[in-house]
Amino acid sequence: MAKHKVTMTINGQSVTAEVDSRLLLVHFIRENLDMTGTHIGCDTSSCGACTILIDGKSVKSCTYLTVRADGANITTIEGIAADGTNHPLQQAFHDQHGLHCGFCTPGMIMRSIDLLNTNPNPTEKEIRWGISGNLCRCTGYNNIVKSVQQAAKEMAKETKETV
Amino acid sequence: MIPANFTYHKATSLKEAIALSEELGEEAKYMSGGHSLLPMMKLRFATPEHIIDISKIDGLSYIKEEGDYLKIGALTTQTELEHNSLLKDKYPIFGDAIWLTADPSVRNCGTIGGNIAHGDAANDQPALMLALRATIIAHGADGEKSIPIDEFFHGFYMTALEPGDILTEIQIPKSKKNSGGAYHKVERKVGDYATAGVAVHLELDDDGVCQEIGIGLTNVSAVPMRLERGEELLRGKVITDDLIEQVGVFASEDAEPESDLRGSEAYKRSILKTITKRMLNKALERARQ
Ligand SMILES: Cc1cc2nc3c(=O)[nH]c(=O)nc-3n(C[C@H](O)[C@H](O)[C@H](O)COP(=O)(O)OP(=O)(O)OC[C@H]3O[C@@H](n4cnc5c(N)ncnc54)[C@H](O)[C@@H]3O)c2cc1C
Ligand code: FES
Ligand code: FES
Repeated sequence: MAKHKVTMTINGQSVTAEVDSRLLLVHFIRENLDMTGTHIGCDTSSCGACTILIDGKSVKSCTYLTVRADGANITTIEGIAADGTNHPLQQAFHDQHGLHCGFCTPGMIMRSIDLLNTNPNPTEKEIRWGISGNLCRCTGYNNIVKSVQQAAKEMAKETKETV
Repeated sequence: MIPANFTYHKATSLKEAIALSEELGEEAKYMSGGHSLLPMMKLRFATPEHIIDISKIDGLSYIKEEGDYLKIGALTTQTELEHNSLLKDKYPIFGDAIWLTADPSVRNCGTIGGNIAHGDAANDQPALMLALRATIIAHGADGEKSIPIDEFFHGFYMTALEPGDILTEIQIPKSKKNSGGAYHKVERKVGDYATAGVAVHLELDDDGVCQEIGIGLTNVSAVPMRLERGEELLRGKVITDDLIEQVGVFASEDAEPESDLRGSEAYKRSILKTITKRMLNKALERARQ
């Protein structure tokens, strides 16, 4: 079996490994790196529970070969805020009850980071379409939308303060 | 779900990719975005022995007008198409279609070249290409070739691309004044493939007479389908409500949808008629703006 040496940055740390061609990035993250915040919810690239950021863009890591991530800059849910603190999206999901079982939440948050980066002030419709590749079987989405709205406001304040 | 074993190869130039493909033979597959191919490999519907990654080839990602054409590089992602200002201003049919294609994370990876090269009538970009009368540019062992879209789709997952050919560019006649296009598909849920979809592009002269028209249909036949009878009826005429009604009927009669989980054959014929009429009206409205 062909092995490939890959080096990538995950949550700010450089990681080097030898991997099989067919190893999916989600398995590399969960099993090789033991970071289990990135979930697997389907076999068909539909649910978005596995969403991570590759070079700042949301990607379903179950539909990405680890070898292709050679040289990439990757962020997972574990890497969005320092230990003991919450990213504005995490805080908002907490405040707005944007989760019940929590299975979809890491993916929802990673997707929403990309959404708010490209569109800092989305309408409700843009949020709903923006998270359309992420399924939630619990909340009915309303509180997720509210969470993203709260985070958008918070993050806009933060950018103002830092400018 | 884990794909069957294969060997990964990365190509950094067209030449290298084509040479690799020649060397590895028919069991090798190109991968660009991987968002059609990898899902099929995970379900073991596809079990290629070799994957040649072409996504890192430089210079195949662009959207520009040059000479008489709008030119789109094959590796341009659907997200790039969605946010491109030239397309937003002059080719709004792309916005209509990309918005309804898959979901934002898939679109971050999926490429226009892959969407067309896949040869799947369920994909949304093929109908657009039919309506816009695109020409497909490909590179293979014997150099560059240019394939009119009407000769491109051969069958289920089959195209005019020979093994080893790489789709490199899509060329579309530049948008003229008094022209307009529109796309819509009915889907069961956001991100699903089309139950049925219709792309329309038309050009009017100063008297409002239809000079050019393209109508492409999504997921209602084995191969992405051109609604020829509809185009013939409208070409050379001032488009009236009666003519639009008639073309809607043609769409429902000429398509070859099959009953499946997305709906019965009768349902699909019925919505096709409605979408066709709506897209003709929307394209007309845009052409007259
Ligand atoms: C959950 C989900 C939902 C989706 N929904 C939709 C939808 O609603 N509408 C829609 O249109 N699509 C949909 N797609 C498909 C998506 O748009 C794909 O990304 C796209 O169709 C294929 O592009 P790709 O770059 O990922 O191609 P790949 O998966 O890399 O390749 C697809 C095929 O084309 C070949 N190929 C790729 N690039 C080239 C090239 N440049 N030259 C020659 N051959 C090439 C490959 O060998 C392969 O056979 C969906 C995908 C997913 C995962
Ligand atoms: S696990 Fe469902 S989309 Fe990746
Ligand atoms: S909170 Fe349970 S799936 Fe979303």
